[in-house]
Amino acid sequence: MNHIAPGARAGIYHYDEIDRQFVAERVEQFRKQVERRLSGELTEEEFKPVRLMNGLYLQLHAYMLRIAVPYGVMSATQLRKLAEIGRRYDRGYGHFTTRQNLQYNWIKLEDTPAILHELAEVDMHALQTSGNCVRNVTTDPFVGAARDEVVDGRVYAEILRQWTTMHPEFTYLPRKFKIAISGAESDRAAVRIHDVGLLARRNDKGEAGFSFYVGGGLGRSPFVGKLVREWVAEEDFVAYLEAILRVYNQYGRRDNIYKARIKILVHELGLEKFTQEVEEEFARLRGPKYRLDPEIVEGVRQHFAPPPFEEPPDHSEALERAKASDPAFANWLAVNVAEHKAPGYAIATISLKPAGGIPGDATCDQMDLVADLAERHSFGELRVTHVQNLVLAHVKKDELYDLWKQLDAAELGSANAGLIGDIIACPGLDYCALANARSIPLAQAISARFADPVRQRTIGELGIKISGCINACGHHHVGAIGILGVDKKGTEYYQITVGGDPTLTTEIGDILGPAVTETEAVDAIEAIVDVYLANRTGEGERFIDTLRRVGHAPFKERIYAAD
Amino acid sequence: MPLIENGRIGEDAWSFIPDGEPVPNDRPVIISFERWQAERDSFEGRNARLGVRLKSGTLAGAIAADLDRFSLVALEFPKFRDGRGFSTARELRERYGYTGEIRAVGHVIPDQYLFLVRTGFTSVEAPEGTNPDSWANALKEITIAFQPSLDDTAPLSLLRRKLKVG
Ligand code: HEM
Ligand code: SF4
Repeated sequence: MNHIAPGARAGIYHYDEIDRQFVAERVEQFRKQVERRLSGELTEEEFKPVRLMNGLYLQLHAYMLRIAVPYGVMSATQLRKLAEIGRRYDRGYGHFTTRQNLQYNWIKLEDTPAILHELAEVDMHALQTSGNCVRNVTTDPFVGAARDEVVDGRVYAEILRQWTTMHPEFTYLPRKFKIAISGAESDRAAVRIHDVGLLARRNDKGEAGFSFYVGGGLGRSPFVGKLVREWVAEEDFVAYLEAILRVYNQYGRRDNIYKARIKILVHELGLEKFTQEVEEEFARLRGPKYRLDPEIVEGVRQHFAPPPFEEPPDHSEALERAKASDPAFANWLAVNVAEHKAPGYAIATISLKPAGGIPGDATCDQMDLVADLAERHSFGELRVTHVQNLVLAHVKKDELYDLWKQLDAAELGSANAGLIGDIIACPGLDYCALANARSIPLAQAISARFADPVRQRTIGELGIKISGCINACGHHHVGAIGILGVDKKGTEYYQITVGGDPTLTTEIGDILGPAVTETEAVDAIEAIVDVYLANRTGEGERFIDTLRRVGHAPFKERIYAAD
Repeated sequence: MPLIENGRIGEDAWSFIPDGEPVPNDRPVIISFERWQAERDSFEGRNARLGVRLKSGTLAGAIAADLDRFSLVALEFPKFRDGRGFSTARELRERYGYTGEIRAVGHVIPDQYLFLVRTGFTSVEAPEGTNPDSWANALKEITIAFQPSLDDTAPLSLLRRKLKVG
């Protein structure tokens, strides 16, 4: 293997010549495929999966191009290129998605080969961001930095990136296939709502292994992933996944697109029978061919070596002074900054949810700024989170105030990570051909209503998630408050669910009552919050815990009392 | 229909005999799996080569016990998006040790050819009027593979390397 030394940057996988040549070949292949489509050799039906495999979707008004950000980690240089592309080929912005990718919503088909070519210059592409293949593997946005981390998920996500790239057997699966890995004590990757969710852990000898949850997913029929195997040793990591995919490819339903995800297979076969099929396949696959050699794990791990941390004292005087003098900063610090494993450093979340803004959107100027800040304060590296924010993972505590001032000046300083303003919303009817209702304007209205940062912090941890239709791209099922767009005789309505939970204690939310209009929805959310605040015990009880304790009744009464 | 083998249009020695039509004894023929199940005794003592054609819902295990009777297994792709055949071929090779010809029939596109070869197929029945260049090119345009498959037995420790096919 041909590693390039990571140098002074943080944990970024560096392409070697083989990776580069591969991407170049794929760009050229796609150019030819477009030609063959234009000449009529490929029918539209035949071209569609090929196009999707290259991240190109046809939406309501234009093409959408989804750029892969492997496990959500990228370099400042890459982000700058994304900004440049957004300026030249889109309308000056990009949209960060719940899959930790970036999406352009206004792309012309004829520009795509040129865009892919430009992406390749910075070792990026749009491969396998759509289509019925194994999609970009996601992981904890605090990976490699979190104090509660046990195993570095990037290493295994990168191994999967390579292993699933143009996998000859699993590129025409019954349906798309999404994998998430978490290697920390708290699950920040929502592993149990994925087709395969992996919890990386260590045994008492300190060896890495994985718990496999299979068959989670949202959409029309939401399911929480089921534990198929408690411990898969590192060397069997790929073999076990290969076994799961082979069982799925053979037995997954292909007669009905709504029943084609692996969650339906697990549900219909039953956990026991499904597990047995996987175990049989695994027992045979387990030979040397699929054994994950510790040496290759080590080789990949070197790419993610810790950046050259200085050793500042863990307690920062500068930080304390700034905190005391600037309450807005103190608020941001309390809400958006998490503990780092290296003393004197911290993890900063950059909210892409300004009050009244479009969740996940960033202008190209903002992207350039974040790239600069990443270079200045975080070893040239940043992450995209599955709640559509950005993260600078390695910021010196001494520099946090300086960082925040620059973010705040660019409308990137909102103190709402994990709070009610940190809304996930899918593109909805503004962009999406499948939508029943708009998601974005509702998200904007809600975040404007709760704009006051002090009020938000008083309310505490409360995730609102909005999807414009039952496909659940906005994860509404696992929102503490979930909102689903429905169509009632041509009018947009919203159905409210409560009690969803995307963390390891995964819960699918319950419907609270009949769907409401857009204006009613904003009032209803406020009513829910009021009922919660009136019922919670002390400052500490989270919305979800109050709800579990008091049940739905008080909430229902308040919202539907007038009817 | 043109037969694609090793990236080129080749000679097809085989013919498929639809159910109900008499099976010639003097040349290689392919019969349906259903016919094989119903009339297997009638093929006892046959000298000319025999092939069997499986629908995409029929998995490798169904034919495993009889594989030594067939010089060819044809796997049907009702639609090119139905990728079960890729697993079936691989199971035939890796699980059941089948060494005869495996042929893709039905709806397959050149963009899948490399995957077919890598999962153990030896030939493809392409539609009339197909562009031979697209098939030839399909084996050449991507030269890198990131995972082991049938074309080599190198262990996974070589996560990535140059591809050798065709
Ligand atoms: C506007 C174009 C889009 C279309 C047409 C679309 C379509 C769909 C469909 C049909 C599904 C259901 C698939 C299934 O259950 O088998 C789905 C699921 C999903 N989409 Fe989208 N989507 C779009 C945009 C997005 C965006 C922008 C995001 C990220 C912000 C996203 C994230 C997801 C996620 C996370 C799921 C999985 C939910 C699950 O587990 O079932 N989608 N999408
Ligand atoms: S949830 Fe529905 S409306 Fe929203 S992006 Fe997905 S498919 Fe479109």
